[in-house]
Amino acid sequence: MKYAFFPGCVSQGGAPELYTATKLICSKLGIEIEEISGWTCCGAGVMQEKNQLFGDTLNARTFAKAEELGLPILTICSTCQGVMGQANLRMKRDPEYLAEINSHLAEEGLEYKGTAEPKHLLWILIEDFGLDSLVPHLTRSLSGLRVAPFYGCYIVRPTEALDIEDHPERQTSLESLIETVGATLIDFEGKTRCCGFPILTINEKNSLAMVGKHTSEVKDLGADAMVTPCPLCHLNLDGYQPRAAKQLNRSISLPILHLPQLIGLAMGFSHQELGLQKHIVNTQPIQLKVGAGAS
Amino acid sequence: MDVKVKIRRYDPDIESPVSYWEEFSLAVPETATVLDALIQIREDMDGTLSLRCSCRSAICGSCAMRVNGHAVLACQTKASESLDSEGIITVEPAGVMPVMKDLVVNFDPFWEKIRTVEPYLQPQGPEPEGEYIASNESMLHLSGVTACIMCGACVSDCTVLEVDPTFLGPAALAKAYRFTADPRDGNAEGVSQRRLEQLSMPSGMWDCTRCNECVQACPKGVAPMDRIMSLREQAMDVGLGNNNGARHAEAFTELVAHSGRLDELRLPVKTVGMFNIPALLSFVPIGLRAMTHGKLPPLMHKSVANVQNIRRLFNKVNQSR
Repeated sequence: MKYAFFPGCVSQGGAPELYTATKLICSKLGIEIEEISGWTCCGAGVMQEKNQLFGDTLNARTFAKAEELGLPILTICSTCQGVMGQANLRMKRDPEYLAEINSHLAEEGLEYKGTAEPKHLLWILIEDFGLDSLVPHLTRSLSGLRVAPFYGCYIVRPTEALDIEDHPERQTSLESLIETVGATLIDFEGKTRCCGFPILTINEKNSLAMVGKHTSEVKDLGADAMVTPCPLCHLNLDGYQPRAAKQLNRSISLPILHLPQLIGLAMGFSHQELGLQKHIVNTQPIQLKVGAGAS
Repeated sequence: MDVKVKIRRYDPDIESPVSYWEEFSLAVPETATVLDALIQIREDMDGTLSLRCSCRSAICGSCAMRVNGHAVLACQTKASESLDSEGIITVEPAGVMPVMKDLVVNFDPFWEKIRTVEPYLQPQGPEPEGEYIASNESMLHLSGVTACIMCGACVSDCTVLEVDPTFLGPAALAKAYRFTADPRDGNAEGVSQRRLEQLSMPSGMWDCTRCNECVQACPKGVAPMDRIMSLREQAMDVGLGNNNGARHAEAFTELVAHSGRLDELRLPVKTVGMFNIPALLSFVPIGLRAMTHGKLPPLMHKSVANVQNIRRLFNKVNQSR
């Protein structure tokens, strides 16, 4: 089982622990990942506002490099997944558009043939690896750890670019995973809503209101943590949670785990190995609850 | 087919009104829509149930409400496809707008925002001698957005309106785009400068989070968020770049075109402006906290290998546009 790995910019910048935790769990699960050399930013939907053709061309460049490797693409970010899926759909639907993009790529000797299917680690674990195959690797009990899901918009909408019709199980993938690793699922309505990150520097008050709303709601439902497959959601829900709590005039203190960190905890990796000490919101209560002090 | 319909009820006329859930068990035909089930409940089980509906054909836009947590037209939603694992269909009034009774919401804020964008053609300059000419292509392009039936499904599920009632919202912004993209609106070149200036103000186009809820909710394929993105492109194209939203999009593109990947440290600085001292100072506590936790993005941002290929692509794509 081997994939062309697309780490995405945030795992190289504001959330390095996501990169480490991904490599750690994939290695132990026997999921081989080969990083796509010279991969570029997906555009995060922001670049597409200014210059969609450039954004799509960069994604086609990454897809072409994965095709050269002859491997399916593994992503670890809801936003990358959605943006790449949307770009892919535009190119596959419109051969003239793809030809135009390929004319730009030709100078570098690249051509996107239209065969890439970027796939998030969350989906790969369920659809390719199989949750049943994950179970034998779970060596630490997360019994009693109450975890709420938070998807990130781009891995749930628009459904057309995410192949949800053929894979309806993707809509409940995070809940399935939480239950498989032995944690208690804390379901809540806001799990598919927006974390507010895209407008953080545009309308901070609204962005923080979204952070405060989701994290406090989950906290009040008794959750110990929230887990997300989106590092952008993580940056906002974790990094800006103290400011959101201040805006709400209450305390929240809800740790926000990256998806591979939650799995890594159940696989017996230590707090340190998974980079939980790098979070802004204190993750010690989780360590104490599951006994993740040592590997 | 036996179904249970769980409805969020609210009666303003009782003493101390509060909303509550009520469940109805009934048999409906296999082909029934959620609206059919609701009408059957009203006619046969509880005549006090209030809801809006008219055409039953997804044309009038009256019956937008939340089914299983998401806004839909009840007349366009099959009951058989809406059952959860326990055979229950959960029905609530549309979100964001104030509930008047049961499934009926007050559309006044919705219409107020539609009026705010002045939804009528405003040509500037001298009138042509004959008729205003619009190309077939431009009208075909607008047919997507003119398909809006004003049902409010997009507004119901908007994540920004949920926290900020001042936001213009997806329906009004899509309606605004219907005019900014009309070659007959604005100046002789069809540029609606004044509209775009107004729409670039706070609570306008730049406050959308791009969450895609409205795209998903719209029963007519209007894709309001895509129209908002087009508004942003139009605004930047006519030089309305002096706000955080436009600077953010421009800086993001520039940074990626320069190094191939996002420079997360420089993006916020370029977004708020290099000389915006108060905004820059507000980043300091966040930056320090990230630094002490080992989460600060690298100070020296690295370019991808052979970055000249990315820069050349950027120039080439721009020349071709």
